[in-house]
Amino acid sequence: MTTTTATTSTPGRAGRSGVGGAISAAAPPARPSGAGISGRTFTIVTWIVLVVFAVIWLIPSLFALKTSLSENGVAALGANEILSHWYPTLHSYSTLFGAGDIWNWYLASAITGIITTLLTVVFASMAAFALSRMRFRGRTTVMLMILLGIMIPSQVLIVPIFEMLGAANLLNTYWAVIFPQVPAVISVFIFKQFFDGIPRELEEAARIDGAGLWKIYWSVIMPLSRPVIAAVAILTFVGVWNNLLLPLFVLTNPNLMTIPVGLATVQGSFGQRFADIQAGAILAALPLVLLYLVFQRQIVEGVAGTGLKG
Amino acid sequence: MTSATTTPNVPSAPNSPAAASAAAPARRAGRGGRPSDRGTGPGAWLFLAPFGLFYLAFLLGPTIWMFVASFFNTSLVHRGLGSFAGLDNYVEMFSRADFWSSLWHTLQFTLYTVPPLVILAFVFAVLTNRLQRGQWFFRLAFFLPFILPSATISLIWVFIFTPATGLFASVQSLLGFTPGSGILADPKSAMVGVAIATVWWTIGFNFILYLAGLQDIPRELYEAAAVDGASTWQQIRHVTIPLLRRTTTLVILLQIIASLKIFDQVYLMTNGGPGISTQVSLGLITGTAFTDNRIGAASAASVLLFIIIVAIAVIREIVERVAARRDQEA
Repeated sequence: MTTTTATTSTPGRAGRSGVGGAISAAAPPARPSGAGISGRTFTIVTWIVLVVFAVIWLIPSLFALKTSLSENGVAALGANEILSHWYPTLHSYSTLFGAGDIWNWYLASAITGIITTLLTVVFASMAAFALSRMRFRGRTTVMLMILLGIMIPSQVLIVPIFEMLGAANLLNTYWAVIFPQVPAVISVFIFKQFFDGIPRELEEAARIDGAGLWKIYWSVIMPLSRPVIAAVAILTFVGVWNNLLLPLFVLTNPNLMTIPVGLATVQGSFGQRFADIQAGAILAALPLVLLYLVFQRQIVEGVAGTGLKG
Repeated sequence: MTSATTTPNVPSAPNSPAAASAAAPARRAGRGGRPSDRGTGPGAWLFLAPFGLFYLAFLLGPTIWMFVASFFNTSLVHRGLGSFAGLDNYVEMFSRADFWSSLWHTLQFTLYTVPPLVILAFVFAVLTNRLQRGQWFFRLAFFLPFILPSATISLIWVFIFTPATGLFASVQSLLGFTPGSGILADPKSAMVGVAIATVWWTIGFNFILYLAGLQDIPRELYEAAAVDGASTWQQIRHVTIPLLRRTTTLVILLQIIASLKIFDQVYLMTNGGPGISTQVSLGLITGTAFTDNRIGAASAASVLLFIIIVAIAVIREIVERVAARRDQEA
């Protein structure tokens, strides 16, 4: 087709927002008869397919929510019973909150999540600032190391990381969960990508005013970078909150366990309390769902960034 | 690099490659001879140091340690590396049936998850992108599971897969099938169960990557195609699919890498069982290290998995560069 050859030479974004919109409003696309599915039919099919799949995708979460709002006795009888009982109860949630463990887990997840996020955002943005705004000997080497770091699958390093934390006497501390997650190389890339787009003139103006490197980083670059800081911070926090592998092996003290580890280790002791188990699952996810609802844009853009530049 | 144009939050998105635009001001500054620019050498290292220390301590260091330990009889019980083992750990891994079966299960999981995770994500994204309104709802439906903890998705799906009384069994009997002993209890289907949960859980990531890719396709192309008389389906075939080829390649390679690292769902949903029918590589590694206390042998297995994943990551990097160069030439 002619279209495929035309595509490669088209300049990306410039035309899309302005010209594209105007054209489509002015001239509705001509549809010759007999050219396969017509636009309108396609739109209807689109809606049907999407709605069907969206419902399928929502069912597991909604079913878990419904189960968590049932009595344990009802939940034990199975899906049919759960769905046919209409009266919700918060019994499972009050049981879990009353038992106390969950508070420790929340605390562990929050502390490790927040400290890791802070360290990652500050250190990664500093490194990215150096790589984006400064020329120095060894810059190419550092860039290569960063690239190498992106390729290293950190999950596979669980054994040596465990050994090193043991040698440093850090096992069963929050630091054992925090430190290994700080060098998320992808965040340096995301920051650098963003910094590269900030015009040099801004920083030169500050330099003429006598600002040092630290001042430029902290008072010029970082305030301009709020969207990307938010994206990296949220993705880091979500990643730490959801991590199972690392805390599972470096935390054995039940008082220090993060939520996923806590849930994984007590799963057996829930026994037949199916509603409680599902309430636990919901509680583990709740803070992240709230974060998503508040920061949808940053999360989505952050994910798009990790995929395309990672 | 398309990356410069795909990031919506870059204030001035230059069409020229990032390297060129960054180099130009530097040269300007150099010619002007600003003293502050000349003095950034040591300053740069100060900015790199904090991240660099963590990088060395928790990424590069462990990698090197893993390679070294794989040649020793390192154990959890004794401090230090232990006696030199030469290639024994590798020979042992290669001759162990469960090492090969864990690799096979990892591959099996990859084969089960990659096609639906790529194809469905593409379909969802193309369809969602066509909508004028209501996009937020589908983004919520398809993407939200992705940020849930693996512990949550595992608890949900184990409950759904409960034999006889679970939601899955109910749906099966509704459709006229006889629910068997439960999808996770049967060695033949347990991995399928894990794969279903994973596809549900992680499709949002690819969905978002495709949506981002779609947003970069200029509308005029579709309009031109429509003027030429192309139907909607033909537009997708001849405009969307070819233009998303790069996204697709990246999604596939990223997905393979992610699937090779599978651990959480298996650990939580089946713990490798029934038998060892869902034992995957990372499960074997952690089992060898933390249950058998054999760090050296586990390191050898880690090195082998590491090599496979890095090989794919290198392929991905090469693909990215070739594609970027082609974009630049065009």
